[in-house]
Amino acid sequence: MSNWIPLWVHKLGSPPTFYRFAGIVMPWMMALALLVGALGLYGGLVLAPADYQQGDAYRIIFIHVPSAWMSMFVYAVMGMSSVIALVWRIKLAEVVAMESAPIGAAFTFITLVTGSLWGKPMWGTWWTWDARLTSELVLLFLYLGVIGLYHAFEDRRQGARAAAFLAIIGIINVPIVHFSVNWWNTLHQGSTVKLFGPSKIAWDMLWPLLTMTLATKFYYLASLFRRVRTDLLALEGGKDWVREIARSEGDQ
Amino acid sequence: MNRAGTATACAAMLRRDLTLAWRRRGDITMPVLYALIVTMLFPFALGPEDTLLQRIAGGVVLVTVLLAMLLALDAMFSSDIEDGSLEQLVIAPQPLALMLGMKILAHWITTALPLIVIAPLLAGMLHLPTAVMPVLLLALLLATPLLSLLGAVLVALTAGTRRSGMLLALMLLPLCVPAVIFAAGAVAAAQQGLPWAAPLAWLGSALVLAIVLAPLACAAALRIALDA
Amino acid sequence: MNMHALQVFFAMGGYAAYVWPAYALFFIVLIADTLAPVLRRRRVLRELRVRLARQSARQGRSPHPTSP
Repeated sequence: MSNWIPLWVHKLGSPPTFYRFAGIVMPWMMALALLVGALGLYGGLVLAPADYQQGDAYRIIFIHVPSAWMSMFVYAVMGMSSVIALVWRIKLAEVVAMESAPIGAAFTFITLVTGSLWGKPMWGTWWTWDARLTSELVLLFLYLGVIGLYHAFEDRRQGARAAAFLAIIGIINVPIVHFSVNWWNTLHQGSTVKLFGPSKIAWDMLWPLLTMTLATKFYYLASLFRRVRTDLLALEGGKDWVREIARSEGDQ
Repeated sequence: MNRAGTATACAAMLRRDLTLAWRRRGDITMPVLYALIVTMLFPFALGPEDTLLQRIAGGVVLVTVLLAMLLALDAMFSSDIEDGSLEQLVIAPQPLALMLGMKILAHWITTALPLIVIAPLLAGMLHLPTAVMPVLLLALLLATPLLSLLGAVLVALTAGTRRSGMLLALMLLPLCVPAVIFAAGAVAAAQQGLPWAAPLAWLGSALVLAIVLAPLACAAALRIALDA
Repeated sequence: MNMHALQVFFAMGGYAAYVWPAYALFFIVLIADTLAPVLRRRRVLRELRVRLARQSARQGRSPHPTSP
């Protein structure tokens, strides 16, 4: 019973097998992301009623909150595959960690800008030094640091391992930053705005939000698989299976 | 490797690095000069009112010291990488983390200590009240070793790359946010007459953690970065 | 949906200037994120084919170069 699981994992962990597996799964994930996303957007933009306090401006929530969740979820995935990459030296884990970073950075960027666009009409300011906002900004810098370190190395695998180490340091750092900015805000009471009061959300608004969250998860998987496939081709350029692909797709 | 041998190796490493730094005394004065220039520019940019300068003095001195340290951070291992002595250190029988700890200590003594020495002068230029000065010095004494230790891990990670100046700043920024917040928070609290022990206690506990963990992380990072 | 309802929809209760840019940014960033690996894949394969062609040219008659 316990024997076939590692074998299966090993097979999937080998670049050619994963390349084929991701090639089959990726279009389905993308289709699911578009379908579920369209449903969520229809529910959020058309069906959901306007908020009695925020009017229609609250509709930014349907992309802002899923993006914020994804920015943390992707970092968790990146951190976990970084640990796997450093402990077991699995090439696929390195690739997954490094190709997650740009997607996570994209979601973090979306979170910051949409939050800013939401904050302007609601709180009257584009930016406030709240713990959550500051942590999100620090998260963006962590992503950029990981991407920058990865590309600073001549040797891709060495760069991936160094950047994976940095990603693990970042995982320890994010809670510390959140805690310290919270403490800092209590020290500077005057400048704080009460941003996130306790609030109940109506079902009409909740289901599009959850649907959009699901859609971004599917999108992440699709984008990750697409990126991992490309990166595997670049990394394994000398291997036979990549040459086969280069030859067969050469006539386009 | 017995204990006496390790202690001798540590002392030798510290002496070597300090001697090397002393032979290039000009490099030691650069961060100090930089901090002086930056601090001098603030009154010109913001106007000479005492109240405003007093309010920002603590934060300006802390950020200036941080930037000056960042300027010197790049050079922590660079000469050792160039002449190959760092690779010798990696394969040496002495524990690498301990040796790197000594190198970090030497780097802190040669770059951060001069900055702490002139910090009262910088703060005085911005009219920081004399009563707050001990808190500022205490905060610097706790925050600068923390920055040296964190910076050393990042410098070790970039050891295998060519250009790392800007990248180092990008990587250090998220890590140094808590240190800056607590150090500046302690100074600000002291200035307002509030209790300032708590933030310094947080800084101290972070420093203890970093002293234990950072050399180990630094050694691991160096092994990754130099492993071709 | 008639013309008026559509106009009300696009007006977003007066918050159109904030809601639509947010959605536009969301889609632009994600489309860019989708296109980047597609373009990179093309470049990688093209470079690989150039390398393969050069190799087989160097090896002369043998049509299937052996991997190193």
